[in-house]
Amino acid sequence: MASKITFSIGGIHPNDSKLARERAIEVLPLPEVVYVSMAQHLGAPAKPVVAVGDSVKTGQVIAEPGGFISAFVHSPVTGTVKSIGPRKDLAGNNVTHIEIVRTGEDEWAEGIDLSEDLVTAIPDDREAMLARIKACGVVGLGGATFPTHVKLNPGPAAKPECLILNGAECEPFLTSDYRILLEQTDKIVVGAAIMQKILGCRCVIGIEENKPEAIEAVKATVARLGYQNMVVQTLKKRYPQGGEKQLIDAVMRRQVKSGALPISVGAVVQNVATSLAVYDAVQKNRPLITNTLTVTGNCLPVEAQHNYLFRIGMPLSYIAAYAGGVPEGAAKIVSGGPMMGKAIANMDACTVKGSSSLLYLSEESTRRAPATNCIRCGRCASACPMGLEPFLLARLYRAGDNDGLEANAVQDCIECGCCLYSCPANIPLLDNIRQAKGQVMGIIRARAAAAKAAAEAAKK
Amino acid sequence: MAKFIVSPSPHLHSATHTDTLMRDVIIALMPAVIVSVLFYGWHELLILAVSVLSCVLLEWAITKWMLRKPDTIADGSAVVTGLLLAMNLPPTTPWWVVVIGAVFAIGVIKMTFGGLGQNLFNPALAARVFLLISFPAIMTDWTVPQGFIGSPDAFSGATLLGAVAEGGVASAVGGADLLGKFLLNIGGSAGEISALALLAGWVYLLVRKVIRPWITLSIFATVALIAGIFHLCDPAAFTGPLFNLLSGGLILGACFMATDYVTSPMSNWGGVVYGVGIGLLVMMIRYFGSYPEGVSFAILLMNCAVPLIDRAFHGKKYGRA
Repeated sequence: MASKITFSIGGIHPNDSKLARERAIEVLPLPEVVYVSMAQHLGAPAKPVVAVGDSVKTGQVIAEPGGFISAFVHSPVTGTVKSIGPRKDLAGNNVTHIEIVRTGEDEWAEGIDLSEDLVTAIPDDREAMLARIKACGVVGLGGATFPTHVKLNPGPAAKPECLILNGAECEPFLTSDYRILLEQTDKIVVGAAIMQKILGCRCVIGIEENKPEAIEAVKATVARLGYQNMVVQTLKKRYPQGGEKQLIDAVMRRQVKSGALPISVGAVVQNVATSLAVYDAVQKNRPLITNTLTVTGNCLPVEAQHNYLFRIGMPLSYIAAYAGGVPEGAAKIVSGGPMMGKAIANMDACTVKGSSSLLYLSEESTRRAPATNCIRCGRCASACPMGLEPFLLARLYRAGDNDGLEANAVQDCIECGCCLYSCPANIPLLDNIRQAKGQVMGIIRARAAAAKAAAEAAKK
Repeated sequence: MAKFIVSPSPHLHSATHTDTLMRDVIIALMPAVIVSVLFYGWHELLILAVSVLSCVLLEWAITKWMLRKPDTIADGSAVVTGLLLAMNLPPTTPWWVVVIGAVFAIGVIKMTFGGLGQNLFNPALAARVFLLISFPAIMTDWTVPQGFIGSPDAFSGATLLGAVAEGGVASAVGGADLLGKFLLNIGGSAGEISALALLAGWVYLLVRKVIRPWITLSIFATVALIAGIFHLCDPAAFTGPLFNLLSGGLILGACFMATDYVTSPMSNWGGVVYGVGIGLLVMMIRYFGSYPEGVSFAILLMNCAVPLIDRAFHGKKYGRA
């Protein structure tokens, strides 16, 4: 597998702007107070299991899963629970947070192995490994924060054929995956081997060609540790290479049917940062309370760019201040990459497991020009990695044609932003399509519920 | 906290905008424009200036006084229409005919339908056909004006396709130096002057990824195939592939008129169907029609079919067979 591969439909080539790539990961000092969100994973929010006034240790469970698709949350510091209540997240929505005031240096909860020596021997008990991953609150760190123990346990009917480790990091600016691939190579590779053993399938580690040092480092580690059935695959630099469906297409030459899960084609995709968390959980019993985040942007000088190891619950304003303050000329602050990240409305919001960046964008780079007439150039359709026709979907949305939207697969949109990025007329294609997708998904769900109810009624 | 922009993703935009695309089309037309001015002189320069100025002014006036909307002339599309209109006229066209053409192109074909992107027909081509029907004598006057280079006496006054229509294949093809025509083709519409200059512009558009090659290539392939078949069957009655590719407005039409975003299909396969349709119609008109040349008619006819073609051809969707 020497050649470079990529996905087969659409895609764009934005400037990768990996400005912080040479900046080694630094450990952020702990703030006096942390606010830990109960909704830091996909699915049901976690339920607090501590009360106001309780003393907590670093790594101690403070909330348990609120449903099947949910995850444990652990205290990121040693301190006292001061309050449990609503607090605004980065979009400004109220979410339950546990406020913990630090009482001193870290005092770790029992059973956590803090030694740094690499453990390469992988346990044989699959269930025990899954239990560890669940107990340590590991969720997918590639963006969706889907609980990892659920994804790694697809059920007896499913046949996993390939674990794809996602090191594409195709979003411009972000460099945290690149840094951990360089600095934590061994742990990531062992983490991949753990997941591979749980699933019982081959493993492909996909890394984009703009990270040759990472590719070499991971190749060398795989060879040194002697893992079988594990290969490193160079991916072309193309956005959205790291999209789950796109990566499966690139690596396995298979496409996930509309509405189906990746496991239906035998694929399980996990991010490299998740692999690191899996290693920590299984080999060290260390819960997921840290992750790496990039402070970057096109209005920051290179020396002000950073990659930080953060703990969950740190206020973004605290990180920004530590990094030197919000730069002059920043017009928009984004959490996540510039293509799919969320604009931050509230800098008092706190880091969560899946936080990946503080991205400062200049007015010039992020300003949206006024929309003009569609010139039918077809760029949006060429760019769409799902093969949709954004110009048509936006038009159908404005016409209120829900049947037309569904027939033209609006529900398949992955919201990667390629259409809006490439539209020369600056038409708010993705804005319209998001709205349309919401409407159509609602209709599809309502129809499914009605069909189910009718079937139940017929049985009786 | 200070005020920051909060808006949905994506937070970046490519550097390609409508005006940069139009600027590329203008640049791509420059080789042909320059060659035509060199060989057709002051009068060609006047036609170009009148055509571009009237298109731009007209669009400005219509948006300002009739539509009462912000004007759109900065997007450069009116300049492109003006250049293409001038390129599609004989170099002897009187200036007032050019103005009438511009009024029809911008006023009737483009702005009536809602401006850029909304028109069914290519404005410059529709205007050319409108003028051809309204002023047949002026529009087929192939007298060669005095250029900055070369003398008009050196060139004959009839186009090759005209000669075929009047005197038969032998008289026209006998005198044709096809390689010479590829480089320089005096006589005909201004933009038909040099296949090489037009193709250079087309390649520039491809390299800059402004257009895709499929429409143009399928027109060329269809014309070559049909001409090849007919010519093989009866060389005395039908002109051959190379002759048909290089004569008339085929290259201008295939490279710059048929590839207009607004009036061509959006998918690659749709573009191929559209191109094949144009090639077929061009050859039918040339061989069997009463007009010697049919590129304009062929493209306009296929413009009508674009909504249907777009309906029939969609790209391949992910995960849907």
